Amino acid sequence: MYHSFDAVIVGAGGAGLRAALELGRAGSVAVLSKLYPTRSHTGAAQGGIGAALGNSEEDLWEWHMFDTVKGGDYLVDQDAAEILAHEAVETVYELEHWGLPFDRTPDGRIAQRPFGGHTHHFGQGPVRRSCYAADRTGHMILQTLYQQCVRNNVQFFDEYHVLDLLVRDGATCGLTAYQILTGEIHTFRAKAVLFATGGMGRMFKITSNAHALTGDGPAIALRHGVPLEDMEFFQFHPTGIRKMGILITEAVRGEGGILLNNEGERFMERYSPTLRDLAPRDIVSRAIYLEIQAGRGINGQDYVNLDASHLGREVVEAKIPDIADFCQTYLGVNPAVEPMPVQPTAHYAMGGIPTDVDGRVLLDEQNTPLPGFYAAGECACVSVHGANRLGTNSLVDLVVFGRRAGRDMARFITQTDFASLPPDCECLACAEVERLLHGAGSESAAAIRRELQEVMMDNVGVFRIEGQIQAAVDKVRQLQERYRRVGLQDKGARFNTELLEAIELGYLLDLAEVTAVSALARRESRGAHSREDYPERDDENWLKHTLAYRTDNGVALKYKPVSITRFQPKPRTY
Amino acid sequence: MQVTLKIQRFNPQVDARPYWKEYTVEVDPSDRLLDALHQVKWVQDGTLAFRRSCAHGICGSDAMTINNVNRLACKVLMAGLGPKVTVEPLRGFPIVKDLVVDMEPFFDKYRSIKPYLINYDPPPPVERYQDPKDRARIDDTTRCILCGACTGSCPSFWGNREYVGPAAIVQAHRFIFDSRDQGANERLEILNDRNGVWRCRTIFNCVGACPREIDVTRAIGEVKKLLLFNRMV
Repeated sequence: MYHSFDAVIVGAGGAGLRAALELGRAGSVAVLSKLYPTRSHTGAAQGGIGAALGNSEEDLWEWHMFDTVKGGDYLVDQDAAEILAHEAVETVYELEHWGLPFDRTPDGRIAQRPFGGHTHHFGQGPVRRSCYAADRTGHMILQTLYQQCVRNNVQFFDEYHVLDLLVRDGATCGLTAYQILTGEIHTFRAKAVLFATGGMGRMFKITSNAHALTGDGPAIALRHGVPLEDMEFFQFHPTGIRKMGILITEAVRGEGGILLNNEGERFMERYSPTLRDLAPRDIVSRAIYLEIQAGRGINGQDYVNLDASHLGREVVEAKIPDIADFCQTYLGVNPAVEPMPVQPTAHYAMGGIPTDVDGRVLLDEQNTPLPGFYAAGECACVSVHGANRLGTNSLVDLVVFGRRAGRDMARFITQTDFASLPPDCECLACAEVERLLHGAGSESAAAIRRELQEVMMDNVGVFRIEGQIQAAVDKVRQLQERYRRVGLQDKGARFNTELLEAIELGYLLDLAEVTAVSALARRESRGAHSREDYPERDDENWLKHTLAYRTDNGVALKYKPVSITRFQPKPRTY
Repeated sequence: MQVTLKIQRFNPQVDARPYWKEYTVEVDPSDRLLDALHQVKWVQDGTLAFRRSCAHGICGSDAMTINNVNRLACKVLMAGLGPKVTVEPLRGFPIVKDLVVDMEPFFDKYRSIKPYLINYDPPPPVERYQDPKDRARIDDTTRCILCGACTGSCPSFWGNREYVGPAAIVQAHRFIFDSRDQGANERLEILNDRNGVWRCRTIFNCVGACPREIDVTRAIGEVKKLLLFNRMV
């Protein structure tokens, strides 16, 4: 089936929905999502959205910008960080105007709390910058944006899975998608396409990410010659529920929770004297690993304790009720009374599809845009998070850059004509689906995925070293070979989730390869990328962004400079 | 431990009617039912269809009927289920395939009650102020994740699919009682219908089903009371 829209957005999380709202009446818009929009992973975000409102204490957007740049270990493009910090304030007010039920201060203003890496006066101490709604800020943001889309009659194609982008003569012409209900392949002609498909945490065994997060957008972009930027920078959030990876928000520490080792010691005092438990996530994750390696994990095992019991029952029930519910449900632990067992969990992709500050996708080191192709949210790399993302900055990223992408798309579609579709435009997508459905393969996609997740977690995790990363690259390539022989039991057309999981596995394998190759090449430690064989940050050789291309001869790497405006790189200590 | 899952299967394109299929899985007591379903799908029978995403009770994808109670598959631990577990799709919704139901009617009803803030005044340059007490008033109903467990557990809904359902009323309540909203009367108008709030017979199944522990029946009752005694100005 064939559709024509001025703009098509893939992904109905925070960035996709915000862009859809911005497009407004500029033209016809369709939002495609492989899940019902309210199921998007934005809804799982807990801690808050960072903006320098200054409701509880003095705060300036310039401090937020600095914290973002330093938090990203100076790999952040500072022009992007400036926009993020500056526009954060108005986008948060806008969300509130749309009805977001923020928690409130006694005088009725949006309540804010401290969060990892957010400081006043350029690093002097923690500042209350995270605007929150209990511990379900993401849920409220997603719901509020979807409500506004309902109000504005935005057209949705729910449970449509993107298969391919369509490009002809260097211009975007649309995309193909698989309708999950019927198995039918749809072609969408469009002047502009926005990918807002979220993260790719399902490359790893222990992750906070939903099953749906398989990096669809970046993987498809890669297949069209678009490089992926900074893929080696993957954040491991320090506090996932042991073994399950379910996130326990940084807000627990924002409210006063502390991390303890076997000896009951608040070990973050040693690793980060100023910010302690509110140090940025990469620093805390490494600290936890080092404590575990030194034998100071709880009962000598691979986790530490997050203790919020001193906060008292009332604070726990008011401020972190969802967390308390998870702990009770999955661990039988009541955070008001006992500590929570936590360990690092694969959480966020700082890297992704390279874009400029208006969401336009860039093809090379010269920042040449591909007209009509946009990306926003976690799947994009502006780069506003650099080598490590601060908590609360993802929710801001979604609304600030989602809005900007929507705005530029609105401008673009009014100035551009449709490009004609390539002949046989459904070819690539159909061929892939056919091969999986009716090919003679017998490999199990689930087994391949399991092995992928294990090797990535073990070898390309918090601490990395050359031999291990190389082993991961080799293993991923073996798995890609086996993937060509995947067979399915479900050969039907109706709601064939086995087929979709196999397609998603293909994406994960490609992204894993790019991640591991990029990590192997970067011989320094910066932000979340930590090399045991190269433990120092090396600005002289490595203050640059990685661009990884997929070619017929494997992954090719190029580099481009970082935009540095206000803050010269300094050693990153807290 | 070994557990037998008795799962309702049905592919309307192929099967004449739903049927049961049993699978035996090896699980830990702390595994979620979702983990057991994945084991079936990934190891034994790839044709089994079910929705899921976040796997920790926030996205609302995997609401289903487990041992006759509506739950989220990712929030139920195997420890509490016993050696034989019955798994069925939510009742009252057309079955798409196996445990996947057609959620379109459910979302249509949600959309019908104007589930967005209505305020006709121009917004201030900063946030609208809201007293913490007013914020607390809507804390319960803002927790709804639209999973469908409540509506799917409601005998009034089973008896009449036109009933707008508990979830839609909860979502309306969330705005009606939001001190910043001015659209209460518009929504009350919509709900003041035999298929609106008045279909509710105060059965309380919804309260038992809600994975977010929202006091659904109370919320419905409060809307009824408004309609009976005191329209908001």
